[in-house]
This record gives sequence, structure tokens and C-alpha cells, in this order.
Amino acid sequence: METLMILLIGVLVSVATYLVLSRNVIRVILGTAVLSHAVHLLILTIGEVKKGEAPLLGNQTADGPYTDALPQALILTAIVISFAVTAFVLVLAFRAYKTNGTDDLEKLRGDEYD
Amino acid sequence: MTIHLAIILPLLMAALIPFIYKLFTKIKIGWLVLLVPVTVFILLARFIPLISSGETRTYTYEWMPSLGINFTTYLDGLSMIFGLLISGVGALVVLYSIFYLSTKEALHNFYCYLLLFMGAMLGVVFSDNLMVLYAFWELTSVSSFLLIAFWHHRRASKAGARKSMLITVSGGIAMLAGFIMLHAMTDSFSIREIIAEMPALTNESLFIPAMICVLLGAFTKSAQFPFHIWLPDAMEAPTPVSAYLHSATMVKAGIYVVARLTPVFAYDLTWFWTVTIVGLITLFWGSFNAVKQTDLKALLAFSTVSQLGLIMSLFGMGSLAFHVDIDASTIIYTQAAFAALFHLMNHSTFKGALFMMVGIIDHEAGTRDIRRLGGLMTIMPATFTIAVIGSMSMAGLPPFNGFLSKEMFLTSALKVAEFDIFTLSSATALVPVIAWVASVFTFIYCMIIIFKTFFGTTEKLPQDRHIHEAPIGMLISPFVLVFFVIAIFFFPNVLAKYILAPAMLSVYPGLASMTDMTPHVYAWHGFNTELWMTIGVVVFGFVLYATLSKWRNIYNTIPAQFTLNNAFNRVLAEGENVSSFITKLYMTGSLRHYSLYMYGFLILVVGSYFAFSDTFRFSMENNAEIHVYEVLLVLVMAVAAVAMLFAKSCVTATVLNGVVGFGISLFFVIFRAPDLALTQLIVESVTTVLFLLCFTYLPTWKPEKTSHRQKMTNATISILVGLLVVAVSLSVLYFNEFKTISSFFENAYELAGGKNIVNTILGDFRAFDTMLEVVVLCIAGIGVYTMIKFRTKKGDDRHEN
Amino acid sequence: MRINDVILRTVVRFVVFIILTLAIYLFFAGHYSPGGGFIGGLVIASAFVLLYVTFDIEKVKKGIPVDFKKVAALGVFLAVGTGFGSVLFGVDFLTQAAKKFHIPLLGEKELGTVMLFELGVALTVVGVVMTIIVSIAEGDGD
Repeated sequence: METLMILLIGVLVSVATYLVLSRNVIRVILGTAVLSHAVHLLILTIGEVKKGEAPLLGNQTADGPYTDALPQALILTAIVISFAVTAFVLVLAFRAYKTNGTDDLEKLRGDEYD
Repeated sequence: MTIHLAIILPLLMAALIPFIYKLFTKIKIGWLVLLVPVTVFILLARFIPLISSGETRTYTYEWMPSLGINFTTYLDGLSMIFGLLISGVGALVVLYSIFYLSTKEALHNFYCYLLLFMGAMLGVVFSDNLMVLYAFWELTSVSSFLLIAFWHHRRASKAGARKSMLITVSGGIAMLAGFIMLHAMTDSFSIREIIAEMPALTNESLFIPAMICVLLGAFTKSAQFPFHIWLPDAMEAPTPVSAYLHSATMVKAGIYVVARLTPVFAYDLTWFWTVTIVGLITLFWGSFNAVKQTDLKALLAFSTVSQLGLIMSLFGMGSLAFHVDIDASTIIYTQAAFAALFHLMNHSTFKGALFMMVGIIDHEAGTRDIRRLGGLMTIMPATFTIAVIGSMSMAGLPPFNGFLSKEMFLTSALKVAEFDIFTLSSATALVPVIAWVASVFTFIYCMIIIFKTFFGTTEKLPQDRHIHEAPIGMLISPFVLVFFVIAIFFFPNVLAKYILAPAMLSVYPGLASMTDMTPHVYAWHGFNTELWMTIGVVVFGFVLYATLSKWRNIYNTIPAQFTLNNAFNRVLAEGENVSSFITKLYMTGSLRHYSLYMYGFLILVVGSYFAFSDTFRFSMENNAEIHVYEVLLVLVMAVAAVAMLFAKSCVTATVLNGVVGFGISLFFVIFRAPDLALTQLIVESVTTVLFLLCFTYLPTWKPEKTSHRQKMTNATISILVGLLVVAVSLSVLYFNEFKTISSFFENAYELAGGKNIVNTILGDFRAFDTMLEVVVLCIAGIGVYTMIKFRTKKGDDRHEN
Repeated sequence: MRINDVILRTVVRFVVFIILTLAIYLFFAGHYSPGGGFIGGLVIASAFVLLYVTFDIEKVKKGIPVDFKKVAALGVFLAVGTGFGSVLFGVDFLTQAAKKFHIPLLGEKELGTVMLFELGVALTVVGVVMTIIVSIAEGDGD
């Protein structure tokens, strides 16, 4: 399972990298979004999957062993932060488009004295 | 605590001044500032009886004990001399500046910087800890920078400030390195402890590097050749600053460090050679160049350089005392250090007076150019008196204090010439010769100060103003100083006994008793070599001064492009060019290029590590079982992701991104992470809404206009990055050496009273992370809001930022 | 943004309340079962987003006259404040305290400063998400 997940992560990372390298601002932002997806999955996978019950103590269904809760807490934080960052970058992109009239990053290089 | 107070008081006042200066509209704020140095002076003066009996005082305030950095103040003879100079001259300079600077100037800035400097300088001389000393040392550089650039609308001020900052701070960094090497050798930052341990460590490999680094700091600060070029340019500062920082105190910080660390480094002869030779070259070069100056302040600046060289070389000569067995006949070698300390005091008195004199002339006559000045003797008799006394003392004539220390300097130079136990007599014989030649030039520029300024015609003076004697307030300070110039000549032994003697103990700890090392200073010791040398200086000096116009041309023999200043400027300009050229090579402004650098570096470093080591391990033994629906899900996600690359519109791409996101939340369910699944589900929905909202403002998606080659590069890099991540992840998964810490969190109920482990981690175990995350979230929100709601008006948004 | 969809509007009117109830449940349940500050806040936010998507912005603004920036600020203040609160009681920064209370109908329940902290988190999440969405939605000034 883990190997399969890691292969999926590899595909996601490749796609994200290709998107980040493009000229269109939206594609770059989508790239970062996919990249954060990949990383969330990666953290969870590295923490070993399917080794126990959900990390809820004293559940009627099971009483240990539990899956590792620490990666989950990390990912929870990461999800919210990546949402905030995506929102910020999105607004930055459309602000830049409004000001400069282009969404092409190669045209957004700025001049020498900027 | 008194000494801590003495350091803190000026700094505190400096912090207060920006707030209280508005209250001082009627009277000048300088009067309030004056209280600070006076208070410090009185505080210190109360310790004179104690210190003069050879005792010391140490106070420690533990600051960073784990790093061995404590704010320890150490009051002994040496720091006392400097403390009195800083506060005493400081008080006089502040008094002088009250009358010198008009109320139209930014006085609050001026006094703020000046007090900052005062506190920092007191910190330098009273700190026992090298790290604290270094911090204060750099603070003096910074405050000096601010004061030189006080008239920041003038180009020359800014250039001078930058130059002094560059040179002194680079020296300071070298010194920091030296201090760290000392720490590496002795495992202590305390100067006293280092001194105690040092004799055994002279053979360490770090000993010479540490010495050179520390000396670099001292030489740059004290304007020693070839680093002296900043001092003449620093004369762009207001004259009180020049009198205070650039002649009496800050430039002597380097000398302080040399004196303080003499017992650390003097056991090696390299110290003697370096300090003496650099000092002598500076002495000669400064006096030689002073003669050609036409600006009075520049002349004084070179004279300061030269006098600093004199003091420096004396400390170098004094270090020979560490290489002889001290008895009645060899105690004379310590006299060089005594002369150095003595001249240090004397120089502060006469040079301070001279700077203030030049300030008065500049203030009243409107020029400092000796080609225009002349005939001021009758117009400004009081100023003339100051100039004559100051210059005569500097030239080394009786009955002024400069004569006494100059004679002792010549004595020491002659003594070094006799020092032949290292069979280097031919080299050391040069010392008195250089000393004598430099003295001749010193005499000449002293004559220039007096005759070119006060004698001759008044024709070339600026005619638009009525020149008269300076107000009494401006004359008080220089008169106090020249009073000392004369008083010290007549009663040198009072100074020697109470102030200089205990400082000798700091330079030569444990070498001999205090009284043995304190010679009785006589004005008259018969017709000996020193006196004949002085007479020779006067005679030759007069002759050369009279024939100045005939030999002046030798100053033109060095072409302008070979001067040190030019070299400095060339290095700076070239450095700027080269770095901007290199920067432009890779800083293209294209996001794609930057990303390529990063990914390329990642692939290169991590990839090559994998290639050249057998780190890559991989096994599928411990893998969990796979269900069919999981494989299907993986396939769907992978296809959706790849399809994003070929999406024809941004909405399609966003929806595909959503598919990947929802797929992940399904995996969270499968992997028993209910909190994550919920969060991911909602966040994915909100993100999708966000993207779609933004698309209403963005243009429609045009096909990428990238060349085939670029696309291939991108694809290669992407695939390599993906492979790399797979390789790293698989290896990490295989690596099982570390124990998992998750079992700790399974005690969540006992420790945090919650049963949802993830939530207790977020809310309790790692609440600090969560708190900061909330803050980050809020910042992002504020950022979005401001970007949309507040923006620069069309048309002028280019000039903002 | 005008959508003329009667069915959607009618459904949303009901659904929003269900979602909000769920959000409050998730928020309080967080200590024992899935849920908590983040999720609670996000669910509340998504309910509001649903409203904004379905109805007119102006209309919703009239209905919910809340300045979401202030909500976010209050949230951060609460979260950081709980941290400093523990300092006031002489324990380390962010140490959480809890006590069991007997509340009628709900039975034995534990209330603690962690609840305040979570409330701060939830408020920040709601505030920030809504600030972002509302700013973008009405942002087209020029």
C-alpha cells in the first residue's frame, strides 16, 4: 500500500513541478496546490498507514493499537496553512493582473530598477 | 553597580532625547545633555583614590551565563584613564557644541548619537568580557557613522561616513574573529582570565592569527597606516564630533585594545614588530601628509593619525619589557608604555583644544582653508592663544605637556635602538631616526597652523561677514583644555601618581611594582641626546618651514592613481561592478528560472548522493494490504493530475485539482484519520469556490506559448523531481532506526484530558504551533483584505514602495 | 452574482442551519471524537460560503451584519490570550487547565481553557475564510 501511495505521490509531485515551471500564473498556483496535496499524503504515508484504529481513545469499536496521531496533527495544520497561502497567492495573482494587465510570468519580470 | 550606571546613563539618555527634546524650546537641550558626562565624570573621579592605590573593582551582571558572556565591568587604572577622558572631554565637547551648533540643526539627533557614542565608548573601556566589548565597539562605529553623516544632505558627509563605517566595521569583524580564537585557546571571554592563562599558550597555532585579527581591529579603529584614509574624510562631521570622536576618544579605542591586550600577546616578538613598525610608519606618513594639507581640519586629521601612530609605536616598544628580566636597569623598557599613556592624555588635551580652535575659526571666519586665512591674531586674540599653546605642545616644545611626553618618546626610541639581545640592532637603530624625521614634520605643520592662520594678510578672508572673537561660551572648553596643557607640564607627577601609575599595572600585570614602573617626570634632565634631538627638530623645522615652497613639489611625485584613497575607491567600485555583473547573470527576474535553479540544485545534490552511495534501500515486506478500490482511487487521482497538464481551460484544471483533493480526503478516511478527512473535504470545497471566484477577474486561459525545447526541459526536470521524491520516500520508509514517539501521545487522556489524540496535540501538546498558525492565518487574511481594498491609485503605483 | 434558482435557495435555507448545528456539534465534540476548533470553524465558514454562493452578497450582508475581520482578530486574541492567561497563574505559557462540571441534560462534562483556545482557533478560521471570500467577491472596485 505504502509503495503504491508513494508512486502516486511521485506522479503528483511531477505534475506539480511541471505546473510550477509554466508561464501562466494560475497554472503555477495550481501547481503549488497539487504540491501541498502530495506533501500531505507523503507525511501520512511515511507515518505508516493501516497499522491501527483511528486515534480516538476509548472508542467502543477498538482499544488500540492506534494509527500515529502526530502526522495527522501536522497535516491538519498544514492543510489550513496551505489554504491560507493559496488564497493569498491567488489574490496576489489577480491583483498583479489588474495592475500589469498580464498573467504571463515572463512578462512580469520587472525592470532593472524595481 | 556604579560602573554599570556610568555606561547605562548615556544610553538611557540617548533613548529619552527623541521624546523630551520638544520640551526644550526656550533653552538648548545641550544643557540637559551636559549633565550626563559631568555626572559620569564625578562618579568615576570618586574612584581615583581607590584606583591610585593599585586596587581594582569588578562588578558582574550575569547576562548569558550559558555562553560565558557576562556583562562584567572592570575598573582599573587603564579603564580609569579612558573613562575620565571620555567623560571629561565629553563634558567639554557638549558645552562647546551648545554654542557651536545653532538651534536650527537637528539637535536632538546630534545629542542622541553623541550620547549613544559616549555610552558605547564607556562600555568598550569598562567591559571585561570580550564579546560585550565587541558589541560596544561596533556601536561606537555605528554612532560615529551617524555623527559623520550628521549633515546628511552633503555628499561628502555621506561618503566620509560610509568610508569610515566600511573600514572600521571590517576591522571590527576581524577583531571578533580574533576574540573567538582567543576563546578557543583559553575557553574564556574574560580579559583577566585570558591574561592569566596566556603565557602558557604562546605556542598555540592560533596565537599569531588571533594577534593579527585583533590588531586589524585596533589598527582600523585607530586609523593606522594603511587604514588611516577614513579619518581625514571623517572630518566632514561637525567640529565638536571631530574633537571628541576623531581625536580624543574613539580613535583611541584601538590603542586601548592594544594596551589592554599587551599582556596577552607581548610574549611573542611579532607583537613588538607589528605594533612598533605600523605605529612608526603611521607616525611618519601622517606627519608628512599633514604638511601638504590646505584645510585646517584635514591637517589636524593627519596630525591625529600621526600622533596615534606615535602612541601605538610606544606601546609596541613597551612590549619589549616582557622579553627582559626586570631589574633596576631594564625597568626603563616599561617607560615606553608610560610615555604612551602620558602622551595619550596630553594628546587629548592639546588636540581637543586645537580642534575647538579650528571650529571657532570656521564658525567666525567662514572658512578653514589656510590659503584664504591670515592675520587673525589681532582679531581673535583668545583663539590665537589657544592655537599657540596647542600647537607648541603638539610640536613638543616647553613649557607644555607635549614636551614631556615627546622627550620620553625619544628616550624610549633611543632605548629600543640599544636593544640588541636579538641581534637586530641595525633594524632597531632606525627607530629614533624615523621618530626624529616625523618630529620635524610635526614641527612644520604646527608652524603652518600658527603662521598661516594668524599672521599675514586678511585680504583673502571672506569679506561678507564681520569677523570677531568667538563668544565666551565657545572659548570656555578650549581654555580648560589648554589650562591642562600647561598645568600638566608643571605638575606632571601628580598625574603620574594618581592616574598613570595604576594604568601601568594593567599593562604590565605582575611584572613589577607600581612605584618602580612610574618614573619621576622631569622637565629638565640636562643636555642629553633627547634634548639635542629636540633642538635639532626646531632648527630643521624652521629651515624647512621657511623653504616650504621650494620642496613642496615632492608631494606631487606620487601620481593620483597610486594613492591609497584611489586604491580604496577602485576596490569598492570594482567590487560593485563585479557583483552586479554576477548577480545579473542569474537573477533574470523569471520565476521559471528561479524554480529551475532550485529544482536543479535539489536533483544535483540529493540525486548525486543517491547515485554515489548505497542509501537507496527498498522493501515491500511491511507494506499494508491493498484493496481494489484503493488501486482504483489511486488511478483516478493520477489520471486527474496528469489531465491537469492538458486542461484547456482553467475551470477544468481547477475541477481536476478538486478531484485530487477529494481523493486525498477519501484516503484520509481509509487511513483512519477522520479529523483530516473532514478538514480536507471542507477546505477543498472552499478552495474550489475561491479559485472559481478569482477566475471571474482573470483572463481566459490562453495556450502556453512556450517553445518545444523549454517544454522538454520542464518535463525532464519534473520527472526527475518526481523520481527523486519516490526514491527518498521509499528509503525513508525502509529506514526504521528511530523509535516512534506516537506512543507518548496515547496518554492524551491522562495528560490533556481529551480522547481525540489529534485534537489534544493541536490544543494542548503542541498548542504553541497552533497558536502561531492561527496568527499566520490571520496575517494571510489581512494580506488578502489589504491587497483588495487598499491599493495605490492608478498612475502613481510605480513610485510607491 | 445573481442566481435565480428557487429550489437551490429553498434548500439552502434549511441546509445552512443543519450545517451550523453540525458545526457546533463538531466544535464541542472535538475533545473526544473527530472535530475541534479547525473543523468547527471551517464548517461554519462553509455554511456562510454556501449562503454567499446562493444569495446576493448584499442580502447576506444584511442578514449577517458581522465584520469578519473583527471576528478573526477576536479569535487570535482569544488564542494568544489563553496562552498569556496561564502565565498569569504562574504556569508555563499555554498550559491548559480543565475542570469537570455537571451540566443538566448533558451530564458530566469537562470545561477547560482548552475550550477557549479552540474557540479562538474556530473564530479565526471563520473570520479569515470569510474575509478572504467576501473581499474577493466584492473586490472588483475598478
